[in-house]
Amino acid sequence: MWDYSEKLKDHFYNPRNVGKIENADGVGEVGSLACGDALTLYLKVNKDGIVEDAKFQTFGCGSAIASASALTEMIIGKPLAEAEKVTNQDIAEFLEGLPREKMHCSVMGREALEAAIANYRGEKPTEHDAGEVVCMCFGVTDNEIRRVVRENRLTTVEEVTNFTKAGGGCGGCRDRIQELINEVAAAARAEPRKPLTNLQKIKLIEEVIDREIRPSLQADGGDIELIDVDGNRVVVALRGACAKCLSAEFTLAGFVEAKLREFVDPALVLEEVQR
Amino acid sequence: MTPAYLDNNATTAVAPEVLDAMLPFFKERYGNASSMHSFGGDCAQDVAAAREKVAALIGASPDEIIFTSCGTESDGTAIRAALQVNLGKRHIVTSRVEHPAVRALCAWLGERGYRVTEVGVDSEGLLDMAELESALTPDTAVVSIMWANNETGVLFPVERIAEMCRERGILFHTDAVQAVGKIPIDMRKSAVDMLSLSGHKLHAPKGIGALFVRKGTPFEPLMIGGHQERGRRAGTENIAFIVGVGKACELAAATMDKEGTRVKALRDRLEGGLLKTVPESRRNGHKTQRLPNTTNIGFRYVEGEAILLLLDREGICASSGSACTSGSLQPSHVLSAMGVPMDYKQSATRFSLSRYTTDTDIDRTLKAMPRIVKRLRQISPFTPAGAAP
Repeated sequence: MWDYSEKLKDHFYNPRNVGKIENADGVGEVGSLACGDALTLYLKVNKDGIVEDAKFQTFGCGSAIASASALTEMIIGKPLAEAEKVTNQDIAEFLEGLPREKMHCSVMGREALEAAIANYRGEKPTEHDAGEVVCMCFGVTDNEIRRVVRENRLTTVEEVTNFTKAGGGCGGCRDRIQELINEVAAAARAEPRKPLTNLQKIKLIEEVIDREIRPSLQADGGDIELIDVDGNRVVVALRGACAKCLSAEFTLAGFVEAKLREFVDPALVLEEVQR
Repeated sequence: MTPAYLDNNATTAVAPEVLDAMLPFFKERYGNASSMHSFGGDCAQDVAAAREKVAALIGASPDEIIFTSCGTESDGTAIRAALQVNLGKRHIVTSRVEHPAVRALCAWLGERGYRVTEVGVDSEGLLDMAELESALTPDTAVVSIMWANNETGVLFPVERIAEMCRERGILFHTDAVQAVGKIPIDMRKSAVDMLSLSGHKLHAPKGIGALFVRKGTPFEPLMIGGHQERGRRAGTENIAFIVGVGKACELAAATMDKEGTRVKALRDRLEGGLLKTVPESRRNGHKTQRLPNTTNIGFRYVEGEAILLLLDREGICASSGSACTSGSLQPSHVLSAMGVPMDYKQSATRFSLSRYTTDTDIDRTLKAMPRIVKRLRQISPFTPAGAAP
């Protein structure tokens, strides 16, 4: 049994805006019977470029129906320029979260929206996410995978499967998905970073410690505390098992500093305060 | 409102008589059956009595019954034992529609140097006997074929397969967890070497299973340790649960004739009613060569998880072969092996009954399903304009 939020259940049991729009200005069709879910989104756009109405038809599970219902609620009344910024995370957040295994339902919503807008603008929907098909079972292209990895900061093949279904069939493409993840990660590292204000830098350092560093240290019974950030000088204290650990020096230089340089700024220098 | 529980192939209610029989072993009679004092040692008699009841249900002798923790353990023990006593042989024959307890184990063995042949089924779910026969080779160590399929209820001619294996000196195991207690099984009249059963499929609790190993069949234990189960399955006897499964088998034997007929009539009423009242629906699985309690029906244009959620809201419990409910993104391997068309597969809904199923349960389901399917068809983009709802 999936752990569906109350909001998701409400949108499944009482879906909003079900149906077709005759003479719709834009129609987006994604998914198929074979994939296990499909969504057709209809848009009515007025002369001021406002999404006047949106309706949908879904073949799929509870979260697929709820995601489509949520999407229509999110875009009706919005200027197209704003509606097209809706991401799959926005849909998931609107529904107060989706189970990880069901994130692909929110991605399907975003894809249908893009297809419908492309159709409205007279573009061919295929131009949009053209690329090389990586997952034959579910027809997912490399460009789609790259995009979902980037936008959702995915780091494992399993996550990519949850978000796109790619790799969830025969599994023959899992190595290729890993390559794409690595590629996106490498590109993200190479991207020149905008200079950060001191406050932004502290916030980012805290985030990286929480996400990338602390879990590993805690797994060994240790912990880390951020004491101060002064320019590029980052002062931390090791706690718990780490404080007494003989290889603490290696942990700091080889792991903590490396992670902070990777995710925040290559110029950072780490210092440790003793208790 | 009590739920209409139509998911008995997943698990069953513990019979009140079973629970009553078990309770003393959690309270005053907590001893260890292997103890030298009578406080514990006396429990060995209760274990022996339970063993007799389990044996009686399948026409075995008590010393052919090994108690295990579940059906999966029974299956794993049987297949691994067969490989252990046939170290020179590297081939396993099974079917494409086995439960993961067998299927995943065979796949795992396949990654470790064993050759695995999965025999196919036809569009009604019947086993391809010619394919099975041609798969048997001098290198085949074990054949493992289920007695009844959990998703469709389709029965396989395991007694005939057992004969074929015996003629060729191949060990034969059957996963009979769905069959035991629902249809007559008699090991005296069969050549089956090993048979798995599971307590919670026949109104005993979860956490107890048994493996029948025919007298004289070479065997190696999976669990090594103490002398319990005559050295065939180490680990302190789970007395309360053993007593429970014994009672459950006794009840199954006593009620099978009468309840089998009643349950089959209910199942047929449910199946016939749904196929009649819901347009573009179809049964998955052979009509007669089937367990009396199971029906699997596909409803075109809609998806199974959505059906289950709407049924659940009305207090009706069923299960589905859809990709969305499996957690694996792939629809049921059983229905895929049968070549069930995609639009009937994603919506395949299994209703499985028990002797506790009532007329009211069936009435409620017959009333709810057409409405639920109609509602989902109104949402579906695949419903053709003008199709009957």
